Amino acid sequence: MLGGLLLLLVFLSFFPSCQPVKEYQKSRINDSEMTLSNRKVEKEELNFQSYREGSSGANGGKTGGGCGCN
Amino acid sequence: MRKISLTIIGIYFTILNAFSQSASKDTSGFRSRKLRLNEVNIVSSYYDQTADKSSVTGGNPGPIGNGDVTDLSNGLEIKMIGWDGKGRENFLTGSLGIDYHTAASQAYVDSNGHAKSDGTRIYPTLDWAIENEAKGTQFGIGAYYSAEHNYYHSIGLNSSFSKKTHRDGEFTFKLTGYFDNIKMIRPSELIPVSTLKEPTGAVTDSIIYITTASGRTEALSYNTGQLVSKGQRVEIPSNSRDSYTASFEYSQVINSRMQGAILIDLAYQTGYLGLPFHRVYFADSSRAMIENLPASRFKLPIGFRLNYFLGDNIIIRTYYRFYFDSWGLKSNTASIEVPLKITPFISVSPFYRFYEQSAVKYFAPYGVHTAADKYYTSNYALSAFTANYLGLDFRMAPPKGIFKKYFNSFEIRYGHYMETTDLVSNVISLNLKFKP
Repeated sequence: MLGGLLLLLVFLSFFPSCQPVKEYQKSRINDSEMTLSNRKVEKEELNFQSYREGSSGANGGKTGGGCGCN
Repeated sequence: MRKISLTIIGIYFTILNAFSQSASKDTSGFRSRKLRLNEVNIVSSYYDQTADKSSVTGGNPGPIGNGDVTDLSNGLEIKMIGWDGKGRENFLTGSLGIDYHTAASQAYVDSNGHAKSDGTRIYPTLDWAIENEAKGTQFGIGAYYSAEHNYYHSIGLNSSFSKKTHRDGEFTFKLTGYFDNIKMIRPSELIPVSTLKEPTGAVTDSIIYITTASGRTEALSYNTGQLVSKGQRVEIPSNSRDSYTASFEYSQVINSRMQGAILIDLAYQTGYLGLPFHRVYFADSSRAMIENLPASRFKLPIGFRLNYFLGDNIIIRTYYRFYFDSWGLKSNTASIEVPLKITPFISVSPFYRFYEQSAVKYFAPYGVHTAADKYYTSNYALSAFTANYLGLDFRMAPPKGIFKKYFNSFEIRYGHYMETTDLVSNVISLNLKFKP
């Protein structure tokens, strides 16, 4: 829990340094590999990880229910 | 299984022909109000697992605890786009998933190993979203349905709202509910005695209930291990399981090379949260029990994503998640993926994921629980373990398409997964994208 809070603080420390980015400067940000969501090809991975592991969620997938699993 | 593979190949060639008529380029700036095809995705995966200590046999460490699984998953997604009279963009996305699995442990729902060891799951979804570019908002609703052999059905509903900020940030809020019905298929030796009778009145030593993909339920009756009759329609009682999730996500462009997101889910489940065919063996008895878990569970995962474009050809994608729940399970997940752009349109991405979890309060291995335990499970998915997952992803997305103009991108991904519970699996997935 403490490690998670520490990481949250480290992560949030990036935000004040946010610089306004003009549209013509977004070529790298808009690259398909820079997407912040899961690739469609990762669907099966998310499924088997939620079935075989006890935790789930906070990754764009299910957090529980909708299947014949715990 | 062959039928499903041939069906997918047939769908692929049908889609190629559907895009074969060339459309004239729209240069007038006119936006069609009618929904038109925007994107089609086909995703296929094959999963292969070797494991032992299956929960159907109560975590038995012997050969009977075989937990080998294969799963062939196929999905088709179609996305339509259009504009309404107020200039708002509408997205309609429909998908259909069909999974076929085999599970060695499933056969031991019957104590003699005679139960059905495979199954099919079908799950369609429908989502609609409307985006107002001027206000930077998007609203969406969706529905989901799943039917598989040990469920009557599962129904899911969701609603979402997102808003962009003036500083390249975006906030998303989503509510999701899954309303499941679990068919109470008990291990054969634990079916209530009153049901151990044929409609003719003859008594048998075991009855196995099986349900086909169409939802028909049959009883197979065994006497001294021999099948004596089948095809008797029966009604098996069910229990409900409801899952509610409130999801929050905030993403932010940090600079021209970096962006990140924070994801938080508040999840609550209530109802029958175990599975009726999971056995547990107590230390002082050779007779199996059915796992017994609390009727509620609260979950809190918190995830972070940070992506960085290094130089001209390397991207670093990172993810971390901390999770805890009311059953005492805590976990940490960390992953890194490094897409290397060989050309602007071809990339190779090695990836690695580390996972570790503590056990839930109610877990104990085979033959350790006692009658003094109020809740008990020997499902190793709820035990303490660590896991490593690594693999490689290959993606091609040339601007003029692959072979045909409308074949937009091709992606294949392989991963190898290893747990300290001795579970080892491999998964290979394919995504074909088509755009008009």
